[in-house]
Amino acid sequence: MATRRSFVKGLAGAIGATALGGLAACASGKSRARAHVVVVGGGFGGATAAKYLRMWSQGTVDVTLIERNAAFVSCPISNLVLGGYRELADISVSYAGLQSKWGVRLITDEATAIDIDKRTVGTAMNGVLRYDRLVLSPGVDFIPNAVPGLEGNFEHVPHAWKAGPQTLLLRQQLQDMADGGVFALHIPKAPYRCPPGPYERACVVASYLRRHKPRSKVLVLDANGEIQSKKVLFAKAFEGYGGLIDYVPNSELRSVDAATRTAELEFDRIRADVLNVIPPMRAGTIATRSGLPLVNGRWVDVDWLTMEARGVAGVHVLGDALQPAPAMPKSGHIANQHAKVAAAAIVNLLAGEAPNPAPVVMNTCYSFVDERNGIHIASVHQYDAAKRQPMPVDGAGGVSTAASEIEGQYALAWAKNIWADMLA
Amino acid sequence: MKLAHAFALTCLLGAAGVAAAADPNLARNLAATCANCHGTDGRSVGGMDSLAGEPRDRLLQKLLAFKSGERPATIMHQIARGYSDEQLALIAGHLAAQRVRD
Repeated sequence: MATRRSFVKGLAGAIGATALGGLAACASGKSRARAHVVVVGGGFGGATAAKYLRMWSQGTVDVTLIERNAAFVSCPISNLVLGGYRELADISVSYAGLQSKWGVRLITDEATAIDIDKRTVGTAMNGVLRYDRLVLSPGVDFIPNAVPGLEGNFEHVPHAWKAGPQTLLLRQQLQDMADGGVFALHIPKAPYRCPPGPYERACVVASYLRRHKPRSKVLVLDANGEIQSKKVLFAKAFEGYGGLIDYVPNSELRSVDAATRTAELEFDRIRADVLNVIPPMRAGTIATRSGLPLVNGRWVDVDWLTMEARGVAGVHVLGDALQPAPAMPKSGHIANQHAKVAAAAIVNLLAGEAPNPAPVVMNTCYSFVDERNGIHIASVHQYDAAKRQPMPVDGAGGVSTAASEIEGQYALAWAKNIWADMLA
Repeated sequence: MKLAHAFALTCLLGAAGVAAAADPNLARNLAATCANCHGTDGRSVGGMDSLAGEPRDRLLQKLLAFKSGERPATIMHQIARGYSDEQLALIAGHLAAQRVRD
């Protein structure tokens, strides 16, 4: 592992030197410093930003990506891993393409602090990096102590809301559960990452149980008053599982007893065999502790023309960490689209040009209702100059008429294409 | 009907030409919103139609037919309605100009 990592690091350095060396030599003749953009976070937002900054600047902007994980693991499609229909390897993609094809310098490390005035990012192992512009795509972190009893107990009560080891852990617990067991899933109050994700999870877990442990139950404890996305379609899918899925709205979690996998609700106490709690969340910690403007202490407020944190020039924030514009979900697809708005704006700003005054972003979220049938929700958001934010276009967007195999295939094709759009 | 369509198309492409001249990156930025499903610059890695290098008028006619509902779809009719005809023309023009292979 250590040898592999140092090899990759060495490779990154070598490629950086080769790809940038020629241009740097030209620039030095005119004593013009090349712009350096640091990207924190290699998820749907950050990886896309790193690639598109290199692509759209035609290699004239240096880009360093700081990402703590050695490979990208996709949250979309990870529910199929829970159900046993895909392996973790199927939803993992290397960062090698960003380095070899696009000349992005990759640092596998944790970004620990940002100094907005000095324009620096601190890291755990690689010292302090200077930037001309910073792209922050930190995703979400769980709000500490929001659910008493949960802290430090994610081995016993997995969230599996960040794909990777947690996905495998929850899968293992499902496999170990006896027929007739209860899989309880708690959904926090909106907004949270991936609005349809929990309902998809309920369906895919139910499809696994129906086949392998048919006397079991999926208990959906939703802190919200109703299904948060694709409501009619998910309600129909739940019905299709007969009594296997029990959906209980207005079930906010008060506390958890991890040792006994007990969920304490206002008027009820539920002992589960597998307890999957998706905790209340907020912008990734590096964003919440760096003096950026936050809404409700949770989400970063941005200028939608440049994606800069409001009032903080040079710090562009993307993805799930944002206070969303109207009807804009926290999705990987939208993070990818934020990244392109930011990349276009940064390339313009570095060249002394105004950013695009009319950016457009759009969203598509596919979900599975079993191992093969898919449904979607889509929307298009055009920038509204008077409201200073993107607004969903009336009459556009919508959901599937019914679940279908073709949309299940589109869901997988969407994943392959968006992973390539970010990383290849 | 066909003539009217062709005439509308010519107007759109004309308008797109003007808009593109005003901001050379507008078409690129709009077309990038398609890449999540159809691949970077319209070069799909599989499972979705590749759009790179397709003739511009054919792409635009398809997009307009999705938008009007004339052409059946699972999702594209909902997405196409989110863009103005001028934006769809810019997207079609940009994708048509892309290399088919990376």
